[in-house]
Amino acid sequence: MTLHANDIKIGDSYEEEICDNLSRTQIVMYAGASGDYNPLHSDEIFTKEVAGYPSVFAHGMLSMGMTGRMLTNFVGDGRLKYYGVRFTAQVFPGATLRAKATITDIRDENGEKIADLEVSTTNQEGIEVIKGKASARLDQ
Amino acid sequence: MAIGKFPIEKSHVMMFARSIGDSNKIYYDSEYAKQTECGEIIAPPTFVQSSAQFDPDYFLRPKIGEEWFGSAKGPTGITKKDSSGSGSGAGGGLHAEQHYVFHKTLKVGAVLTAEVKPGKTWEKEGRKGGKLKFSETVTEYRDQDGELVVTATGVGVRTERPATSN
Repeated sequence: MTLHANDIKIGDSYEEEICDNLSRTQIVMYAGASGDYNPLHSDEIFTKEVAGYPSVFAHGMLSMGMTGRMLTNFVGDGRLKYYGVRFTAQVFPGATLRAKATITDIRDENGEKIADLEVSTTNQEGIEVIKGKASARLDQ
Repeated sequence: MAIGKFPIEKSHVMMFARSIGDSNKIYYDSEYAKQTECGEIIAPPTFVQSSAQFDPDYFLRPKIGEEWFGSAKGPTGITKKDSSGSGSGAGGGLHAEQHYVFHKTLKVGAVLTAEVKPGKTWEKEGRKGGKLKFSETVTEYRDQDGELVVTATGVGVRTERPATSN
């Protein structure tokens, strides 16, 4: 699926639930694939007793990766030109997250049609965990 | 830090896609991918983060014969007290921001190199007191033809006490 410049307008948005009751195992899968084995993400004993957090928590990059899935489902595969985020709150096991992208601009750049998007992911309490932006190439 | 060889491999991409809960066939099914404009299995947008697997010195991976700061017999495997150790103790580093500029679509079969350049550093007072120290690193990923594929900018923050979201 790709987006055609004629089919969208500024203000259009798309959203998805990107995880439901996030499991510690999913976090371990991300550690294994990404190679980031920081015990803060998988080692409850270390994280509570040494680091002083209430529980292990997800890699920011896991939330960014899952939010990226919403983006590519919206704009199409291989279409992103830019994707950047700030991690605004931690994501703990049990989290249910929704990610939303809103089109903020549609413009021409070097002969291509580009959509700029605002990206936001919130948890089950309505707390924003990711705040970001993206740009994607459109069909024209 | 630099990574000499980061091969984009099919099963690594499949595992990475699974780990972010993405069942899109473009990340594992060659036959499907051939029929799309990509023409080949591609990597998810944030995949280059897994170049850590190809960094021999990556500090967040346990290494044979070396103490690891996660729990083992005790809550940490570090026997010597070393408050400056990476991530040991309450003042570990956290990921504050991540940005990617995509210059080319990253496909299975590419072999990347990565060059890491230090970026800006700055300080901020935390909401609950204590200094937050931010530092930026810029990683340029190039393919076997020397072409820039992805520019990744990460911002890390070190806190004087555990950061919590509430």
